[in-house]
Amino acid sequence: MERAALRGRLTWQLASVVELVDETPRVRSLVLDPPEWRGHLAGQHVDVRLTAEDGYQAQRSYSIASAPEDGYLVLTVERLADGEVSPYLVDELRPGDELELRGPVGGYFVWEASDGGPLLLIAGGSGVVPFRAMLRHRAAAGSSVPARLLYSSRSLDEVIYRDELESLGADVRLTLTREQPPGWTGYGRRIDEELLAEVAWPPEQCPLVFVCGPTTFVEVAANALVSLGHEPGRIKTERFGATGGR
Amino acid sequence: MDALDGNAIAGLLVDVFGDEMTAATGVCASCGASGPVAELEVYLQAPGTVVRCRSCSAVLMVLVTARGVTCVDLQGLAKLAR
Repeated sequence: MERAALRGRLTWQLASVVELVDETPRVRSLVLDPPEWRGHLAGQHVDVRLTAEDGYQAQRSYSIASAPEDGYLVLTVERLADGEVSPYLVDELRPGDELELRGPVGGYFVWEASDGGPLLLIAGGSGVVPFRAMLRHRAAAGSSVPARLLYSSRSLDEVIYRDELESLGADVRLTLTREQPPGWTGYGRRIDEELLAEVAWPPEQCPLVFVCGPTTFVEVAANALVSLGHEPGRIKTERFGATGGR
Repeated sequence: MDALDGNAIAGLLVDVFGDEMTAATGVCASCGASGPVAELEVYLQAPGTVVRCRSCSAVLMVLVTARGVTCVDLQGLAKLAR
């Protein structure tokens, strides 16, 4: 039996870069065409590996931004100033290049339309990426599960998928923590218990909650939800840090 | 340094166990806390990967890859079940 055919074996493959989409000044989406893609679930990741000329390798895990129903695999990457991988992906990669990846991986932080809801998504910064996959999946599947996204960003310019989010049929609430444009009527503060009490469905409605963002953001949001009475078992979390991936 | 969580090592765990493990349940041998592997604390920048209990911080797993071989220490886990 070929090694690659062994059950559960993850195989590295070279995906060609079809298109690059600038989402914000620091965030870019990579539209990829992997030669062998067996499908994925909304919320799953891929591992990306860069190899330098001297053989040095750096590997990171990135959330998939596309829905299972989409034609291409999309990753959305934020450039981190001291990153080893993200500056290359955001600044250097060009259409027609090839990118080494493997996946999909992960089976916990995933949502399928059949999982039901109500679906409450809480994002900090680029933590919104897996939620784009979930909301696109929900729309493509024709799901009637109520969905609400609370998205915390530093400023309106840093909101990823700004136009698209409004078109996905979910109730989107933005909070801009550092800078609000003139006439801003949305929230303008960090996510805390008070804000979550206002935005989240009450615990009696048993929402299915996903929280994704930087580590401290996730801890604050998840702890506040538990203290509001939400069942810990219905709160799924995913953290990312300064190492680039998650 | 902020800890990540078990979601970050989904691929590494497939390498080691041959299957998806982030949704598996781990039980801490020190304090008995039980929860999904995805929710455990993960430190990637140690020499190797260190996985700690979110309740008591005990080391549950250490995974070190050298020359293509991954050494796995699971002594901190009382149980790991899918």
